[in-house]
Amino acid sequence: MKLLYFAWFREKAGVAQEQASPPDSVTTVALLVDWLKSRGNGYAEAFNDASVIRVAVNQEYVSMDYPVAPGDEVAFFPPMTGG
Amino acid sequence: MIRVQAEDFDVGRELEQLCEGNHAIGGVCTFVGLVRDMAGDHSGDKAIQAMTLEHYPEMTEKALIEIEAEAQARWPLEATLIIHRFGRLEPGQRIVMVATASAHREAAIEACHFLIDWLKTKAPFWKLEETPDGGQWVDANAADDEAAGRWVEGKPAKTKPGAAE
Repeated sequence: MKLLYFAWFREKAGVAQEQASPPDSVTTVALLVDWLKSRGNGYAEAFNDASVIRVAVNQEYVSMDYPVAPGDEVAFFPPMTGG
Repeated sequence: MIRVQAEDFDVGRELEQLCEGNHAIGGVCTFVGLVRDMAGDHSGDKAIQAMTLEHYPEMTEKALIEIEAEAQARWPLEATLIIHRFGRLEPGQRIVMVATASAHREAAIEACHFLIDWLKTKAPFWKLEETPDGGQWVDANAADDEAAGRWVEGKPAKTKPGAAE
């Protein structure tokens, strides 16, 4: 699974992108977030406030109950501020 | 047409090209967004030296195409253009241009307003302001959510397949 981080998620996690192999029990975005938080420090801080977590799976904006699978590209970012 | 680029653009030339040869067009509406020299909306707010726009390249183009398609589905448009820049920009520089062309003014004006409202909350860009106190990320703004919401969202974030929408 390829993980991407943007804006202050990238700064807090300390990484722009990485390959990760979460356990098989991680089947949704929400479970992936829990697993990442358990890695501690920067991750715990980045994912601390659930109200500002936005996520895209395979470049499509999705909700927290959306399924994830090995091979997916999952991106985390704060609410978008385009325009 | 949509374009995501670091370079500046020429508004006049873009408008000419958009309408060239299409004489069904009776009106064009344009919005151009610029970098302000102040954070926030109140006098006395922090000065900004520059703003860096970060984006998610693999997703940006997709998102802009969807937003453009939504406008075309809602209004009778002859032509549309969205140009969004990324990278470091200084006060006064152009960030974004939206242009909509239609036979009559109503569709052009409404669609232009819709597009810029939706870009604010649905295009994967994030703004980092350079202030005298260091860098600060621009927070999403409740007023922008409200502005986007007034167009009644057709498509919220994709939920779990099979889940009721």
